[in-house]
Amino acid sequence: MRKKGMPAISTASLPDIVFMLLFFFMVSTTMRETDLLIKKPALPVASEVKKLELKSLVSTIYVGKSKDTRISGDKIQVNDKIVEVKDIPSFIFSERALRKEDEVKFMTTSIKADKEASVGTILDIKEQLRDINALKISFSTSRGNDLSSNYK
Amino acid sequence: MARRDIGEINAGSMADIAFLLLIFFLVTTTMDVDSGIARKLPEKTDVQSDVIVKEKNVLDIVVNRNNQLLVENEYVKVTDVKRLAKKFIDNGGGLGTPVDDRPGEPCDYCGGEKNPNSSDHSTKAIISLQSDRGTSYGMYISIQNEIEAAYNELRNALSEKLYGISYDDLLNDYEDNPSKSLQEKIDDLKNKYPQIITEPEPIK
Repeated sequence: MRKKGMPAISTASLPDIVFMLLFFFMVSTTMRETDLLIKKPALPVASEVKKLELKSLVSTIYVGKSKDTRISGDKIQVNDKIVEVKDIPSFIFSERALRKEDEVKFMTTSIKADKEASVGTILDIKEQLRDINALKISFSTSRGNDLSSNYK
Repeated sequence: MARRDIGEINAGSMADIAFLLLIFFLVTTTMDVDSGIARKLPEKTDVQSDVIVKEKNVLDIVVNRNNQLLVENEYVKVTDVKRLAKKFIDNGGGLGTPVDDRPGEPCDYCGGEKNPNSSDHSTKAIISLQSDRGTSYGMYISIQNEIEAAYNELRNALSEKLYGISYDDLLNDYEDNPSKSLQEKIDDLKNKYPQIITEPEPIK
């Protein structure tokens, strides 16, 4: 049999493939809209987690330590600013104003809190949310089976 | 003026440019799926209704600011909460709530010990989680997670017994294909093991 020489692989379609990947990542990228002013919360681990659906109807409240180590206590951040507990209702109202009226009842508040935060702060937030009838909440956690890192 | 011939643009570097962009997006992409423990807060009502609940139908969980736990006045570890909660909910030591003048029925699906000093019926079992303001959030979530796990395991077991498929699978199936019969099964399981969790004012 006659040996055939290997033809060079055509790289002409390489840009197409790369573009396809590029579009995929462009579409799936969510640019971080809010800059965290507090230290990034270390989320606790939980095994019984549910995925948050309807992402557009989720408003997020961050709870964590201040970046400045001299300031102690939990700080609450919504959107781009650090607020007090009593400002949470106005945040939820402004979030509601952005949605359609019939979507309001599906709105969920996701609390992303640091595992070192104190429960008092979280319960205060819950009380504020209860006051204005924002009853669906989700404690944001990462998925895992080993819970021992949550407490020391 | 003489018109010049425009030569073909070399597309050879196209791949390089695309790669550069691709790498940029690869790096900036955060595919974070926001997940967590879902909870529904109780509605606020002006009317204070005095419901008398028997002491034995309430599982008292108290956690202090040193993250130490008391369940029914006994010092336990977080990892014990699930077992204790399951035992408590699934006890079925008495009769359920009377419906429409008919007397309550005993919990025929509960697999517990039927201890008369523990909860009467799975629909009557209340879990009370009393925390301190200084308790760490990680601890709080761990307890919530254990309680959630207890309910999920009980629902799974009952679902397995009744329909031969676990509760988690039922929920997954419902997500793929929401049908009325699945909805009924899920609601039935939820009614048989309702999550009743109360959180009294935290200790100051």
